[in-house]
Amino acid sequence: MAEYIVPRKVYFLTYAILMACTFLTWRVAYIDLGVLNTVAAIVIAVFKMVLVILFFMHVRYGTSRTWLTVVGAFFWLGILLVVTFGDYLTRGWKTYG
Amino acid sequence: MLPDTVATSELRQPPALAHQFESLGAQKEAATFGMWVFLATEVLFFGGLFLTYSVYRMWYPAAFAAGSRELNIALGTINTATLITSSLTMVLAVHAAETGNRKQLLLFIIVTMVLGLVFLGIKADEYYEKFVDHHVPGPNFQFEAQYFRNAQIFFSMYFIMTGLHAVHMIIGLGVMTWMLVWAWNGTITKEYHSPIEIAGLYWHFVDIIWIWLYPLLYLIGRHVHG
Repeated sequence: MAEYIVPRKVYFLTYAILMACTFLTWRVAYIDLGVLNTVAAIVIAVFKMVLVILFFMHVRYGTSRTWLTVVGAFFWLGILLVVTFGDYLTRGWKTYG
Repeated sequence: MLPDTVATSELRQPPALAHQFESLGAQKEAATFGMWVFLATEVLFFGGLFLTYSVYRMWYPAAFAAGSRELNIALGTINTATLITSSLTMVLAVHAAETGNRKQLLLFIIVTMVLGLVFLGIKADEYYEKFVDHHVPGPNFQFEAQYFRNAQIFFSMYFIMTGLHAVHMIIGLGVMTWMLVWAWNGTITKEYHSPIEIAGLYWHFVDIIWIWLYPLLYLIGRHVHG
């Protein structure tokens, strides 16, 4: 079976970046950035998640079918979050007529 | 002597190949797809909880920050590092399976499981601390009066989300035990290693959930009291 075997140094590099990001997210939490604290935490978490998905879960080396399934799952989550928050954030809005 | 009517392709089928698949590659792709579809349903499962968390945090930011500051940041950070390391050892186990290295495969599965147990042990200690501190929502809950009700919402989300995550970790340990048995008894070979990869996908997914839980639960409002 001719299947690409990912070299281990890809894994070690990914691991090093993940640990560095964990350290970063921990330290940044102690600096007062106002609203940006939450933004920073989310950006770092997304980045870590993408690294795990692409390299540890092999999606980078996988088929389009796998990729589509991953995108589909997060697209669904996006709909859930956007539509629900669309409801809650607009509850105070006045209506006319 | 083999009868003349035996097709040559039937002579060389690997033992692990199920009859409905043309090749081990096709079988592996089907298994991978199946696990990813399952993981998509897990996104649905945890997604509802993350949504609930997000709405309540939007409504009660100060109470959530106050509650978050009561969590043990040292243990939470150590746990994050532990799980990320376990994902590394898991992927090294997959690599060992792919290259036919049975000893390394066994070693890395065991190390992954040990790290998983370390995580659960630390979690158990954190839960115990929360009981002692009266931060478990219910009749014995104690908190500053200003945030008394809404901090209970935070702690409820904390226990539900980390509890569900812990259940997934325990299931993961069960799956890994199964993989350990298969690695030991020779079911896993260089040709048939996809079960290790599939188990790895589940393990990495549980790690990703924690990658989100850590900042969302432990890191709110840390800059206020340091």
